[in-house]
Amino acid sequence: MKKTLLATALVALSAFAANAQDTVRIATEGLYPPYNLIDDAGNLAGYEVDLGNEICKRAGLTCEFVQNDWDSMMPNLNSGNFDVIMAGMSITEERKKDRLFSQNYMPPAVSFYVATSADADIKAGVVAAQTGTIQAGHVAESGAQLLEFKTPDETVAAVQNGEADAVLADGEYLQPVVDASAGALVVVETIPLGDGVGAAFRQSDTELAATFDKVIAEMKADGSINELIKKWFKEKAVLF
Amino acid sequence: MFSFCADPSTLDPTRWMLCYLTSGKHVLFYWSFGTVLLLLAVTAPAALAFGFGGAMAARSQNPALRLFGKTYTAMVRGIPDIIFFMFFVIALDQALEWGLHQWRCPEWTDPIRNGLEFKVCPAAKVPPGSAPQIWHEVYGFVLAVVTFAIVFGAFAANVLYGAMSAVPRAQLETAEAYGMSHRQVFRRILVPQMWVYALPGLSNLWLILIKATPLLFLLGVKDIVYWANELGSSKTDTFAYPHGDWKLWYFLGLLVFYLAFTRVSEVVLARLSRRLSRGQATMAGEAMRKAAA
Repeated sequence: MKKTLLATALVALSAFAANAQDTVRIATEGLYPPYNLIDDAGNLAGYEVDLGNEICKRAGLTCEFVQNDWDSMMPNLNSGNFDVIMAGMSITEERKKDRLFSQNYMPPAVSFYVATSADADIKAGVVAAQTGTIQAGHVAESGAQLLEFKTPDETVAAVQNGEADAVLADGEYLQPVVDASAGALVVVETIPLGDGVGAAFRQSDTELAATFDKVIAEMKADGSINELIKKWFKEKAVLF
Repeated sequence: MFSFCADPSTLDPTRWMLCYLTSGKHVLFYWSFGTVLLLLAVTAPAALAFGFGGAMAARSQNPALRLFGKTYTAMVRGIPDIIFFMFFVIALDQALEWGLHQWRCPEWTDPIRNGLEFKVCPAAKVPPGSAPQIWHEVYGFVLAVVTFAIVFGAFAANVLYGAMSAVPRAQLETAEAYGMSHRQVFRRILVPQMWVYALPGLSNLWLILIKATPLLFLLGVKDIVYWANELGSSKTDTFAYPHGDWKLWYFLGLLVFYLAFTRVSEVVLARLSRRLSRGQATMAGEAMRKAAA
């Protein structure tokens, strides 16, 4: 009975919009301000959402942003539940093996080690990072003890409550956190990691990737991408 | 919500709080309580139906059906929920699309599986790529209900199987002696009497189900725990209402909600248990008979 109902619903679902123009679905995490976030009205917003919408406008595509958990991004991309990932994903050699990247739309990120005091032990102590990020990979190789969390916010909380000696994350994410902490948190060290942040596609979607690539190059050339970066990352922004 | 909320940075603390708690994001948070209650209201009967089917299959005279019933409970109970929610759902989604693909696009020649990728023709996408986001969310919700029903159905099947075995053999023999068929014995004697044995186990499952809803976010359905986490995390001045880490307060709110909800459940279940024990050949039923006499 249930199955019949489900099947009927599915057929109905797949029937009604078959003739509409194809929508490009862009997934983001919504938990990584100012890259992507849920604004106070409950909508997805942030640098990547503005940029994605601008790219689609210039390329004449109909796009829609959807929120997805970081852990299930790749399985859902490969299974076709969305077509693009724009979620602060750094371009790395490791990741290039199983997905296609556009050229970067953020310059190589400077990552910050942030701790409660400037003499925190980042070489051999406990360092927090978000699971599956380039920072987590770097900590694991650096000899420090890696403490992983699902969300960026938890990595900062771990330092605040003493669970970790320091956190390693993107500078753009940590800088406002440090500013808002009124001296409780300090930047210990800064290091550049990765090749910048890009949009990720399925390996077979070369056409869509090329379209995004072209528009990003265009926006870099006319400077409009810098305007967007300045809007979201304020005066500390690293520009192209 | 209120007209004075236009510029939050200029408000006095009371009004700021009032505006903050009625922001669009908070309204979504309040709605998510409804999502959770709806999910429970749909899932509980569905899981019970799966469980009943599983228990009946496991007791069946037909060896193939019996094997199916036992395999279902053994397999699903043995697999961690999180694996079920991450991989089974994607597999279910792909199976549906594969089926639709065979039906609608027989002339399609590209391979469906290509390395890690799974690509069906656009007409077989569920829901179609161009459908508004709301349909994707409804679809996610339906997948969530089916998955929860399968997982919890397996546990319920074992509980019901045990309960069916617990009904005293003498009761069934008496019914058979009166000339009732297998079917009649099952319907008139076994099922009405088994509930009282099944209730403690089922009430456990219900309470576990209430607390299992955060798994929903893996399917893209935003539940109360997701929102509490998101709203409580510290907000920089990118947001209209910057604040520190307020997770404690949000989770305290959830604590109150869950405790109140489980308390109400317990009261209802206790009543149900009394109602089901009436006239039964159990200790509770016997005590009620003596008290009335």
